[in-house]
Amino acid sequence: MKNKTSIHPPRWAERFLSWYCRPELLEDLQGDLHEMFVRNLRSKGAKKARFIYIVDVFKFFKPYTIRKPGLSNNLSQNTMIKSYIKTSGRSIIRHKLFAAINIIGLAISMCVGLLVISFLSDLYSYDNFQEKKDRIYRLISTDSNTGQPVMNLASSSLAAGRKIQQTIPGIESTVFMQRGFSGDITAGEVTVPVSGLWANESFFNVFSFPLLSGNPATALQKPYSLVLTEESAKKIFGNSEALGRIVKLDTNNYIVTGIARDVPKLSHLQFGALASFSTIEQKRSNEDGNLMSWANIYSNYTYFVLPENGNAGVVQAAIDRLCVSENANLKNRKIRLSLEPLKKIIFDGHLGNEIGPTINKMSVYILGGLALIVIISACFNYTNLSIARSLSRSREVGIRKVIGALKGHVVGQFITESIIISLLALVFSFILFLLLRTPFLSLHAYVQSLVSLQLSPKLVLGFIAFAVFTGFIAGILPALFYSRISVLQVLNNVSTLKVFRHVNLRKSLIVVQYTFSLIFITTTVIGYNQYRSFLTYDLGFSTRNILNINMQGNKTGVFIKELSAIPGVREISKSQLISSLGSIYGTSMKYNDPQDSAGVQLNFIDEHYLTVHQYKILAGKNFSTRPSNGQETEAIVNEQLLRRFHIGKGDPQNAIGEIVNIDGKKLSIAGVLKDFHYGTLENKIEPVMFRYSGNDNPGYINVKIETPHLTAALAAMNEAWRNIDKLHPLDAKFYDVQIEEAYSMFSVIIQVIGFFSFLAIVIASMGLFGMVVYTTEKRLKEISIRKVMGAGERTLIYLMSKSFLILLIISAVIALPATWLFFENVVLANFAYHQPLRLSEALTGFAIVMVIAGTMIGLQTLKAARSNPARVLKRE
Amino acid sequence: MKGTHLGEFEEIVLLTIAGLVDGAYSVAVCDELIKHTKRVIKLGVIHAVLNRLEEKGLVKSKLGEATSERGGKRKRYYTVTTAGKAALVKSKDIRDELWSRIPGLNLNRL
Repeated sequence: MKNKTSIHPPRWAERFLSWYCRPELLEDLQGDLHEMFVRNLRSKGAKKARFIYIVDVFKFFKPYTIRKPGLSNNLSQNTMIKSYIKTSGRSIIRHKLFAAINIIGLAISMCVGLLVISFLSDLYSYDNFQEKKDRIYRLISTDSNTGQPVMNLASSSLAAGRKIQQTIPGIESTVFMQRGFSGDITAGEVTVPVSGLWANESFFNVFSFPLLSGNPATALQKPYSLVLTEESAKKIFGNSEALGRIVKLDTNNYIVTGIARDVPKLSHLQFGALASFSTIEQKRSNEDGNLMSWANIYSNYTYFVLPENGNAGVVQAAIDRLCVSENANLKNRKIRLSLEPLKKIIFDGHLGNEIGPTINKMSVYILGGLALIVIISACFNYTNLSIARSLSRSREVGIRKVIGALKGHVVGQFITESIIISLLALVFSFILFLLLRTPFLSLHAYVQSLVSLQLSPKLVLGFIAFAVFTGFIAGILPALFYSRISVLQVLNNVSTLKVFRHVNLRKSLIVVQYTFSLIFITTTVIGYNQYRSFLTYDLGFSTRNILNINMQGNKTGVFIKELSAIPGVREISKSQLISSLGSIYGTSMKYNDPQDSAGVQLNFIDEHYLTVHQYKILAGKNFSTRPSNGQETEAIVNEQLLRRFHIGKGDPQNAIGEIVNIDGKKLSIAGVLKDFHYGTLENKIEPVMFRYSGNDNPGYINVKIETPHLTAALAAMNEAWRNIDKLHPLDAKFYDVQIEEAYSMFSVIIQVIGFFSFLAIVIASMGLFGMVVYTTEKRLKEISIRKVMGAGERTLIYLMSKSFLILLIISAVIALPATWLFFENVVLANFAYHQPLRLSEALTGFAIVMVIAGTMIGLQTLKAARSNPARVLKRE
Repeated sequence: MKGTHLGEFEEIVLLTIAGLVDGAYSVAVCDELIKHTKRVIKLGVIHAVLNRLEEKGLVKSKLGEATSERGGKRKRYYTVTTAGKAALVKSKDIRDELWSRIPGLNLNRL
């Protein structure tokens, strides 16, 4: 008999039953099954009985026995949640320091998370208003010339678009567009600058830009038709009816055939006006025979709509076949066309010739990664501090367990607590988000063009979900830690609890935090120094006090005369473009060897240019002949050009008078300049040639201005400008400012990383502060005894701060070389010219972090070391 | 109409509970039914029916004492409620009425 009772039903089946069964039915079922089991045991033997038990457990798995998932309609669950919330509230109020450190840390890090979430949400909702968004594809081209880097372009040739439209089935409609429709529209007295796109008549069929008036099917059909957006129409016509009016642009008359609603912010196509594509075809077929060439892939955009059940793969295959047959006519060149889904366009930052704003997916990942690091760092604080105060809280958990809390209840309690803290943090971080939004958008014009960061109910829900998730991540480790605490041990004698078992985990979390903080701050310091050095880099010419004025197509003659009269203006020169800002103009040239041609960068200047910018002439002299429009005979070149073509055998003097072939002209070298930076510091110095242009329409004029009364001089310039161009405002910028703008992307990156490093340091410091407070509190008794035995303050401070300082040094050992190598090999590898890294730069960040951390540790340990041992020891 | 309608099997189970008076719990009901109907009846089916009857308010249940043969679990005893009795009586009346309308049926011949 004893033998029989010791035989049990299979344990796992029992456990499975109690897992799925509703609690109110569980006892009945267990009892019934057990009774049958005992019965079967007697009549059929153990093996069979166990088998039947298992079968029955599965047979009872029926809708009416299964526990209802979810928490909502379960009374006891509801009560538990209420209790969790209540006790969490109490615990937060009781441990104010703990709560404050965590709420502030999470709030600071979460505001970055909110920024990134709203940024991403904006990016992912790009073009969502397009009704056919899942069926629209753009034709993009990949251009590979032998011996040249492959070019990826968002544009494609009109010829290709037409061919595909006519020959390939499975396409519902096609729209052709071109950029560059811009100019001043004149209607009666009013002249307004407008820019937009050329598009053909199926534009409104493909895209969902609703027309307020006009017929969408025909609005862009006839040449010289114009569709204005509401905003442009209002600027031109005020409140009067615009439809059917005739406006003048350049020398042509356009008729307004439609008014479109303003373009939404989150659209990759942005326009103030649309002009009919047929205008281009009519105009350019005369001027530009190239318009319909297969290889003219630079200016035209083609978008297709596939039918509802269309297959992009099939169309792509047909396009591939077309490419093969067309490429056969090209020499050394292949153009591959592919379909790009509309929703991908915004993330295709690597394409050239983009029609609207785009972003590189990599940048998105980096931004998200940085935010994640900061958030995880704040979660570490929570985890660390929660476990650090386990001494006080484990007793509470012990009592809970004695009263009847299961593991799950303890986990629930701690997760609820962390979620409440992160929801409180969300409130603060939301306020921070609203404050940070404007500075973030104004970081760079590019950011502003890309996103608006507007709030929406969906976004707010996303924020809340994010906060809950953050709270869960922060709370899960402490929750698991506490739920495993053994009741007997805790209630018997707290000191036996192995609190320090998790010391290594906590220490490594601190090391990770500080490693990231140090990486961020060192990156900021080095990056900032490098950025400053770009701005002050010796470019090979002077940019001081030079004001560059964009002539915007106006003639210079009268304007220069008026400017010269302004006091303070020393000298004025003319140039086609401004060096060192990143814009490049070039062509190819030849020297003696007719086989050897190479690219050369060009600028067209006048005779004052070299003196205004103080170029260093190594040999020869400035242009001696100055034909206004006659025969061009002279060129001034840099050393690099001599080296490239082996002119003059290393001596610039020998190069003077040598003849080079360029643009079908023979020019003699009149002067040789010391190498200077024509491009930005990212580019190596290439062969450069200055050619003379007496043209009255050069592009820019460069005004050397030296005066204490700058504002007066600028006002006078404005006055002079208004005499030649009433429509456009004066576009004048100091050269130094322009150079700053050329590197503005770096300034943005440094600002962003600087902000992140600030956050990371604040969070890590708060975490460290909390840890120091808790450890010193715990060691107060030890310190007191040491003091009684005669230890001095200094030894005590050293004793207590030693372990923390070691952690910081470990982080530095990891972070500093990593950052150094990253800069050496990744960042600065992109710059042909830069200052070498200095050790002092790397150590600055470390010093800052050490000072902050040292002060914190020092103050806390000092407080503990100064405490009166008598009072501490008396307490127990 | 849910609540008053009695299925055939439900009716038998209800009658069995009434017959067992104070000893009606799932396994006993099952045994009793197997004995009287000679049908193969699974405990799971009985359980589902008992549950349904209680939902309809035709039986009520209370927990009894724990026994070792049930692995320390208590038995749930069922008793027929007034509504249950009324449903049984109604069902019997319908049958009686239908029977009475059959002229001269000799049951012995069947």
